[in-house]
Amino acid sequence: MRKQNTAMPVLHISKRTSLPLYKAWAIRAVAILLALVVCAVVTTALTGLNPLGVFKAMFDGAFGTQRKIWILGQNVAILLCVSLAVTPAFKMRFWNIGGEGQILVGGLATAACMILLGDKVPNWLLIVMMILSSCLAGAIWGGIPAICKAKWNTNETLFTLMMNYVATQLVAFFVIVWEVPKGAGKIGIINQDTHAGWLPQIGSYKYLLNILIVAVLTVIMYFYLTRSKQGYEIAVVGESEKTARYVGIKVEKVIVRTMMISGGICGLAGLLLVGGTDHTITTTISGGRGFTAVMVAWLAKFNPLVMVLTSLLLVFLSRGASEITTIYALNHSFGDILTGIILFFIIGSEFFIGYRLSFLKNEQKEGKGNV
Amino acid sequence: MKKILSLALVLVMVLGLVACGSKTEAPAATEAAAQTPAGTEAAAAPEAAPADVKLGFIFLHDENSTYDLNFMNGAKEACAALGLSEDQYIFRTNIPEGQECYDAACELADAGCNIIFADSFGHEDYMIQAAQEFPDVQFCHATGTKAHTQGLSNYHNAFAAIYEGRYLAGVAAGMKLNEMIEAGEFTAEEAKMGYVGAFTYAEVVSGYTSFYLGAKSVCPSVTMEVTFTGSWYDETAEKEGANKLIANGCKLISQHADSMGAPTACETAGVPNVSYNGSTVAACPNTFIVSSRINWAPYYEYVVNCVLNGEAIAADWTGTIATGSVVLTDVNEQAAAAGTVEKIAEVKASLEAGELHVFDVSTFTVGGEALNSYLADVDTDPAYTPDTEVVENGYFNESAKRSAPYFDLQIDGINLLDTAF
Repeated sequence: MRKQNTAMPVLHISKRTSLPLYKAWAIRAVAILLALVVCAVVTTALTGLNPLGVFKAMFDGAFGTQRKIWILGQNVAILLCVSLAVTPAFKMRFWNIGGEGQILVGGLATAACMILLGDKVPNWLLIVMMILSSCLAGAIWGGIPAICKAKWNTNETLFTLMMNYVATQLVAFFVIVWEVPKGAGKIGIINQDTHAGWLPQIGSYKYLLNILIVAVLTVIMYFYLTRSKQGYEIAVVGESEKTARYVGIKVEKVIVRTMMISGGICGLAGLLLVGGTDHTITTTISGGRGFTAVMVAWLAKFNPLVMVLTSLLLVFLSRGASEITTIYALNHSFGDILTGIILFFIIGSEFFIGYRLSFLKNEQKEGKGNV
Repeated sequence: MKKILSLALVLVMVLGLVACGSKTEAPAATEAAAQTPAGTEAAAAPEAAPADVKLGFIFLHDENSTYDLNFMNGAKEACAALGLSEDQYIFRTNIPEGQECYDAACELADAGCNIIFADSFGHEDYMIQAAQEFPDVQFCHATGTKAHTQGLSNYHNAFAAIYEGRYLAGVAAGMKLNEMIEAGEFTAEEAKMGYVGAFTYAEVVSGYTSFYLGAKSVCPSVTMEVTFTGSWYDETAEKEGANKLIANGCKLISQHADSMGAPTACETAGVPNVSYNGSTVAACPNTFIVSSRINWAPYYEYVVNCVLNGEAIAADWTGTIATGSVVLTDVNEQAAAAGTVEKIAEVKASLEAGELHVFDVSTFTVGGEALNSYLADVDTDPAYTPDTEVVENGYFNESAKRSAPYFDLQIDGINLLDTAF
């Protein structure tokens, strides 16, 4: 990697040991400010619109009315749920990018209970069965690559990724089995008249139950990762498998157990989608959340409480982008461009928080750190 | 190092997938959707002042889908004809067929819309859910099947007798085949058409069957192969489907799916194409013959006028040639056979006069036998229970019992290549 010539590189990147909290947040603030400036320039250059109006529209799209706030909360809850699910696996350095498939099989199990048992068992029993089967389906879907990893050291990245496609095709198959009307390729809302298997609604708030469930889950996950023995084992296995073995941790057991938890929570997200909100199953119901969750978890450095903020940020950007499209009659791609710019700067700022850039004047003297 | 490498790999793959995933939602081109209504205001202004109507439109995709573009154009045309100002209608694009549709419908109602339209089949249940919550708002859903059984006074279905348009387009296709046979390009027995369909759904079956019958009415030896993509919008699959049909020896292609996949495949291969949803002549100047499409503007205007005049909106509304809902684009003289325009006009006149019926049971057989009676699944239920007799007076009475098509028979002469997609 080192250059052959004798001249020293002008730029030197080194890892920061630590950075005061206020400095880290100052860097983030500057990044967001810069992102907004670039967005404003791009907006004016491409559309000729007043960028302040566009920013306001984004904000209104996310928080404009009570309903919009609820929808925002619901979307944050589901994304957060998936992010919480993939986090233990990531902390273990097990690259679970199969969240998408685990959500789908969880949703499929839920839908199967609702369709096949909807009028055969009491509603409370049905919902219990839905919860168990969705978590179990997700756990199995996550457990298969984990077992193969533990036993034969297969590549979990490819394995979990491929499991997504298997799950998608499985859902596609059952959609055709259950489609209404014939040939339509859609199941439609399941039990729309009887509401059998629909998760209960708290008062007049459609999405409150989902939000509460995920809020509780967030707290549990925080304590599980930071305070429990299993959470510690996950961290040790993630840092070094050899160390883990040396101190007597059964690495294979931890891998399989953690991935089953990861998949099980993804399955729960499938339950919340199918049983709690959409009441149908489609191949696209997870909406890419299995992948977006990876970004949420990384941005939050695997801290469940920070993930509330990062998932809020991503959902805010997507709802805002959708609102710009509607108000200014722009193509969706334009909203995505703005989202991309903002994310680019935010992810970039994390680099400057973690690393120091030094401009070397000569061999001995080190230039000022630059952000 | 290995960990950093695998981390980098994960990030590349994940970001790649995220990018691929969002692509379907957000196709490339940017185009201003709203256009100022151009001076046609006074023309069709209803009695009551339209100042207090506000329309909300929900679209599955955006203007890059020929299907949604056709709805958008209809909506703009209707708003212009009704003299509505730009702040009297809202377009919501890229709304998936899930809870997002319900959310979007409720948000539109919150924003003061008193009529809300949705354009995709899978939106139906979510529109019904919203309709139950907002009894004072009218919810109108194109292509749905449940309004006549749902019993909601503010939920309505609409479709058009597009099978008549497909039939006329089929006549143009048959004439093109005849011309190619006469030119000695292939024999009459080799006259085979190809059709790229989305799903094995009645709407598609009705469409390709009427297209085939139209072609057969002028080219009796014609046969047809149909392939399905399992998606309403999948450019790659539609293109591959068309290429497969062309490789199978199909001399002319038509399609019922919403991307430019099949038309562009035809243009590349130099195979004539009969399109749907609108003219594709700009992209396919050498192969585009004609396209049938539903003009939604008459329905939109009908609904707005009903609301303004305080009249009830029909649970099922079927547009026809007479209402201006079933239309054909201009025939592309460069690709079409000579005399196509005149022939279409002639057949159209006899369809309108009621002398000719598209699904005349004397013109086709099912399993080698004539069709004298058929119970169709008109009232949608999970068991697909056949419930309504639809063969009347010697023809299959399509779109009369409800607006959405229900012709789902496999007639002889049409060969389905892959029903399990």
